[in-house]
Amino acid sequence: MQTWRRTLESLCLSFGAILVGLLLFGLFCAMVGANPLEVYGLIWKAAFGSASTFQNTLIRASPLMLSALCTALPARLGLVIIGNEGALVMGGLAAISIGLAIGTALPPILVQTAMAIAGLVAGGLWIAAAGALRHYRAVNETISSLLLNYIAIALLNHLVGGPMRDPSSLNKPSTFPLAEVNMLGDIPGTRVHWGLVYGLVACLITYFLMQRTTFGFAARTAGGNVRAARIAGLPVGKLTVIICFLAGSCAGLAGMVEVAAVQGTANESLNVGYGYGGILVAFAARHNPLAAVLISLLVGGILASGGILQRSLNLPDATVLVFQGLVFLVVLYSDSLYGKIRFFKEKPIITTSASPPSSPGEEPVVTV
Amino acid sequence: MAEGLGWWGVPLAIVAGTMRGGTPFLFVSLGECLTEKSGKINLGLEGTLLTGAMTAYGTSYLTGSPWLGILAAGLAGLVLGSIHGWLSQQYRVNDVAVGIAMIIFGSGIAFFFGKPFIQPSAPQLPTLNLAGSAVSPAVEAALQISPLFLLGIALAPLMTWFFKSTRWGLYVRAVGDSPDAARAMGVSIFKVRMLSIMAGSFLAGIGGAALSLYYPGVWTERISSGQGLMAVALVIFARWNPIMCLWASLLFGGAQALGPALQSVGIKQGYYLFNAAPYVLTLLIMILTCSPKRTLAGVPGALGIDN
Repeated sequence: MQTWRRTLESLCLSFGAILVGLLLFGLFCAMVGANPLEVYGLIWKAAFGSASTFQNTLIRASPLMLSALCTALPARLGLVIIGNEGALVMGGLAAISIGLAIGTALPPILVQTAMAIAGLVAGGLWIAAAGALRHYRAVNETISSLLLNYIAIALLNHLVGGPMRDPSSLNKPSTFPLAEVNMLGDIPGTRVHWGLVYGLVACLITYFLMQRTTFGFAARTAGGNVRAARIAGLPVGKLTVIICFLAGSCAGLAGMVEVAAVQGTANESLNVGYGYGGILVAFAARHNPLAAVLISLLVGGILASGGILQRSLNLPDATVLVFQGLVFLVVLYSDSLYGKIRFFKEKPIITTSASPPSSPGEEPVVTV
Repeated sequence: MAEGLGWWGVPLAIVAGTMRGGTPFLFVSLGECLTEKSGKINLGLEGTLLTGAMTAYGTSYLTGSPWLGILAAGLAGLVLGSIHGWLSQQYRVNDVAVGIAMIIFGSGIAFFFGKPFIQPSAPQLPTLNLAGSAVSPAVEAALQISPLFLLGIALAPLMTWFFKSTRWGLYVRAVGDSPDAARAMGVSIFKVRMLSIMAGSFLAGIGGAALSLYYPGVWTERISSGQGLMAVALVIFARWNPIMCLWASLLFGGAQALGPALQSVGIKQGYYLFNAAPYVLTLLIMILTCSPKRTLAGVPGALGIDN
């Protein structure tokens, strides 16, 4: 049973970690000679300052939500998959290929559906490969998924630079542009494209899938203890491949959204920031799809503020990367503080029975 | 480089690339080997490599001495390693996750401070010429050997000896294989792992210096494309054996030279695909050598087990 103290603990630690990350980042800014308060102010203004800038944040948050699921879902199985970028690129490539192949022969809604399905399948197969290798060949999934990132990017560069290149794209090789009617439109009254809804729906669906269904329960069991899951007769291999497929298809959808709503073509801008950003979101949200929605807004805001930091304070665009790294490190450290802060400890309930046996994972750890 | 040699340029360029491109792999894989022998994985060496490359280039540019650059790169690696070493040993903190964070943080630091060094050219490391003056310039250029490469070759047997025959090597192996036994010996697991990770990151930093001061000898944000990461896979392939790390690094250096070598003889088609050769090779090797039925020979017993 989760009591309010436990819930408060995880909330405080999550937000505390991000706050401490912000403080460290301020320290870093002060060290390189920028006024931290000014930096904070700019980030705030660029990310959440007005309705117009908040829409920029939302535009960046939607691929982040989808990309984060690529890490968050396999994490429930105990796998650390960081192939977000590769799956995103493959999804984008598949989507643009289908979109260009159909052209204007079909009504836009059908073209968009076909593109979304292509993105889902391509990204899904990409990560399912990492999952299958993990299960059937015991290949470390973290390394294989990262290698797949580089292979996907090489494939993108190859296709965009050669076979699929639009000759009129001179200094930034791109594919032929998607027909205007097939572009994913904006949500009425805003500048935010429909991709945001894709992201929200995907997070909701995966949350219910993992927390409220037998399938999700089986996956979490296998993640908790593979041997127990095998004894219980759970098809661990199938679960691994299916979860990885779902995870990859979310990132693939992010690629489709980037292509169909933002870029209009596939080019090297596809793999900018959403891969690592998504991993950060997943870890900061402790692999909870609903929390990922909130954290995506935060990280999306940080991404949105990168350009302004560059222009007003003359900080390099890698500033955002340093910030992400710092927050990530503090988030990981905050995990070790669970159960260490006295205020959040449950009051011992006085009962007649003897103290319960310690459950696995709660034994005192001998630190050296 | 290989003009005038025709198709013979391809194997020549690959041989040259083996020595040039293999050098960073060699240092990073030896560093990762030392780290993993102590029972922790450091995926963050990709970030360390980038930070090392930037620090070496910047120091060499500012002081005019590439040797100081190498030292600075090692020290920068040491600092990043100390963060990884401390954080990855906290309770409930996963070393793979810390590695991912360190990739982001390390590349952030490298790109942030490296921005002013992208344009200017820094003094490069001097090279030893193997070939006499009688051969054609292309062959001569291909056979220029960096002292860093020789240092790396010397380091591999040295590390084998360290693991086999020294007290400290025994401590590292004990901590990595059986922390309980090490504890019973009165060895501080925290300290041994911390020092191993820091020393490993020092080597990875020098690997970065090999990138920016030897080959390709420039500083750009794309200078390391996953080499730090491939080195981690390479250590698995090399079965945690420093001498095997040497051979594997040469193999990977050769695979990396394939794309540029084919381009130099005029094959422009599929340039990017040939550049992906090292990644595909790594993946294939991992698929072929891993097996779900047995644990790998030589794997440190406590590797991948949280604290």
